[in-house]
Formats: sequence, structure tokens, C-alpha cells
Amino acid sequence: MKEIEVLGSGCAKCVKTAELIQAVANDCGIPVRVIKESSPEVILKHGVMSTPAVVIDNRLMHSGSVPDKNRIKEWLLMTQ
Amino acid sequence: MLSIFTILADWLAYSIFGFMPDSKLGGAVHFFIEDTTKIFFLLVLMIYIIALIRASLNVERVRDYLAKNNKYLGYLMGATFGAITPFCSCSSIPVFLGFTSAGIPVGITMSFLLTSPLINEVAVLLLLSLVGLEITIIYVLVGMAIGIAGGVFLDLIRAEQLLQPFALKAYQTAAFSDGELSIRPKLSFRERHDFAKVELLDILNRVWKWVLIGVGLGAALHGFVPDLWFADNLGNGQWWSVPMAVLAGIPLYSNATGVIPVMESLILKGLPLGTTLAFCMSTVAASFPEFILLKQVMTWKLLVIIFMLLLMSFTLVGWLINIIYVL
Repeated sequence: MKEIEVLGSGCAKCVKTAELIQAVANDCGIPVRVIKESSPEVILKHGVMSTPAVVIDNRLMHSGSVPDKNRIKEWLLMTQ
Repeated sequence: MLSIFTILADWLAYSIFGFMPDSKLGGAVHFFIEDTTKIFFLLVLMIYIIALIRASLNVERVRDYLAKNNKYLGYLMGATFGAITPFCSCSSIPVFLGFTSAGIPVGITMSFLLTSPLINEVAVLLLLSLVGLEITIIYVLVGMAIGIAGGVFLDLIRAEQLLQPFALKAYQTAAFSDGELSIRPKLSFRERHDFAKVELLDILNRVWKWVLIGVGLGAALHGFVPDLWFADNLGNGQWWSVPMAVLAGIPLYSNATGVIPVMESLILKGLPLGTTLAFCMSTVAASFPEFILLKQVMTWKLLVIIFMLLLMSFTLVGWLINIIYVL
């Protein structure tokens, strides 16, 4: 199962991002585990300054906004 | 051009709703209609235009710039970028850590973070349209001065020693890579438009309730507080009125958008400018919920120092302006 981290200190957009990724994954039938990561140390480790950010398999994919549905789909298919 | 909103408010409040122009309620309703329509019109127009222009400015670029440039100019640049770079207060922790781990001194980072809530394009726009150019300039200068002075002071007392251990370590071992993230291709107009659209919806979504609350309070003050009440009771800029105003601002939590319509009303009612600014800045910048967030990267001691620093600066600024600026 793919692990997807959503980095962010608990703002509304971070929750929305996590929900959106879960929903897109469900639509595509790809099993994922979405983790919300709010620890400043982890956010620092990835060098992220604008949240929400998305990390898949330890790679920073996106930062600064709620990602677009199509881009989420691309990430899920690409990293399968 | 903006008088069209006065005409609209005249028509709606007096002709359609049938309020008497000289009644308390009529005055308040008129104020509310005029300010909300004017503010929302300006917000939509200006946020979009400004977002188009600054689409390529982001915190990553600011960090790279501050990390490379002269330390003494750094405070000024930090405060300037704080004023013009948009970022949501929920990002202050990642921004703080991003700056710190790039080796930017805590003081310069705090110049950025202190100025940011006080000054932004929405605040400047509202000030310009509601209280005029002169007070807008004073407001912006005061906001920047507090950010710069606060930053210099924090570096003088070596504030980095009071960070949480992991943040201090990140600062000391700062390895600044030439930020691959921040190098972005030039944006096309289409991309700028998309950015501006998202930005517009985002900001409106965040501020609309503050505008309504702020204008509502402003309207109530305008209609129901007798014209010379503030002038009669607090109009001489009594020294204690400034610290009182600062303390009154702490439990009140608002952003600049919500507080500026209130500011307009307070000034119209004859509250001295210094006292008004002290109250408004305290409401915007000295709020507990956002300070508690910073606990993740700072010790209590540093948090308390910064909080006291803000309260003292607002008080000093209030006194100073009451002395030199007599309306």
C-alpha cells in the first residue's frame, strides 16, 4: 500500500488536501494510506515552507496549495 | 469614482429601506451599505490585479534573497517582504523554520513575521479608501518600523539561544543549497491569471466575514456613539488611554481587514490617531492563538519577550503619534 504524507500544521486546506487525495485514490481503486503530518521537525526535514505539501515515497511532490485532482491522479498512477 | 457607493447607500438606505438620514439607525445602515459595497468592489478588483503582478513572488524566493544579502539591510528587506508576500498564518511555522535553516538570523525572520499580519495589500487598500493617504502612510511606516526594530532587538539579545533545540540546531548547521525549488520558469499570462483567480477566491473566502464583522462594528460605533464622545472623553490623548487601548486589543482577535473599518469609525468619532493605531495593531498582531503556534519552535521565554516587545512598541508608537500628530 502506498503511503502518502500530507504536511501541514492542521490548517483547513491540509485537511481538504488529505480528503481529496483519499477520494481520488478511491475513485481510481488504488489502495493508499494518507497520513497527516503536522510535526514541525518533519516539515523542516522536507524543506517545506508553504503548506499543505504532499510527500509520496519520501519525495516532495507539491507544496503551497490544495493540489488539483488531475495532478493527484497523475502522482498515484506514476508512482504505482 | 468611489462616490458612487455613497450614492448607492443613499438610495438603498433612505429611499428603498426608508430610514431617516439623521436617525441613529439610518446612519449606521448607510455606513454599513456604503462600506461593504465599496470594500468588496475594491477587494475583488485589486486582489486580482495585485496577484497578477506578484504571481512569481513566493516565500522560497524571499528566503533565498534574504539568505544571500547583507545583514544590516536584512531587517528592512525582511519587513518589506513581510508586507508584500502573501502567506497564511498557518504557514508561519514552516516559514520560520525554512528561514532559520537557511541561516537567516532569527531577528530578520521575525521582522518578516511581525510585519506580515500588520501590512498587506488588502490592508493598504482599505486604509486608502477609508481613512485617506496620510494615515495610510503613517500606518505602513509604523508597521514596518515595529517589524524592523523588533528584529534588531531580538538579534541583539541573541534570541536564537531561546529557540527549541531542534530549531537552534537547524540554524547552526544551516546548509544553504541554492534552492532548486525556487527556480521557476517564467510564467505565462494564462498561469498568472490562474494564480490570481485562485488567490482572489482564497483571500475573499478568508476575509469576507471579517469585513462584515468589522464594518458592522464600525457602523454601530458610527450610528450609536455620540459624535464627540471620544473627543470629549479621550480626545486629549490622555497617557493611560494608549496602554488601555493596547490591552483592550489583546483579547480581541481580528485581522487587518476586520479592524480597519472600526479604525475609520474611531477616527471619525475623534479618538486620537495614536490611540486608534495602538488599539488596531494590538488587535491584529498580538493575538494569543497565533502566538501559541510559535511555541512549537520557541521557548516560553522568547515568546513572552516577543509578546511584551509588541505591547511596548504599540504603546510607545501610540504615545509618540498622539504627541506629534494632532488632528
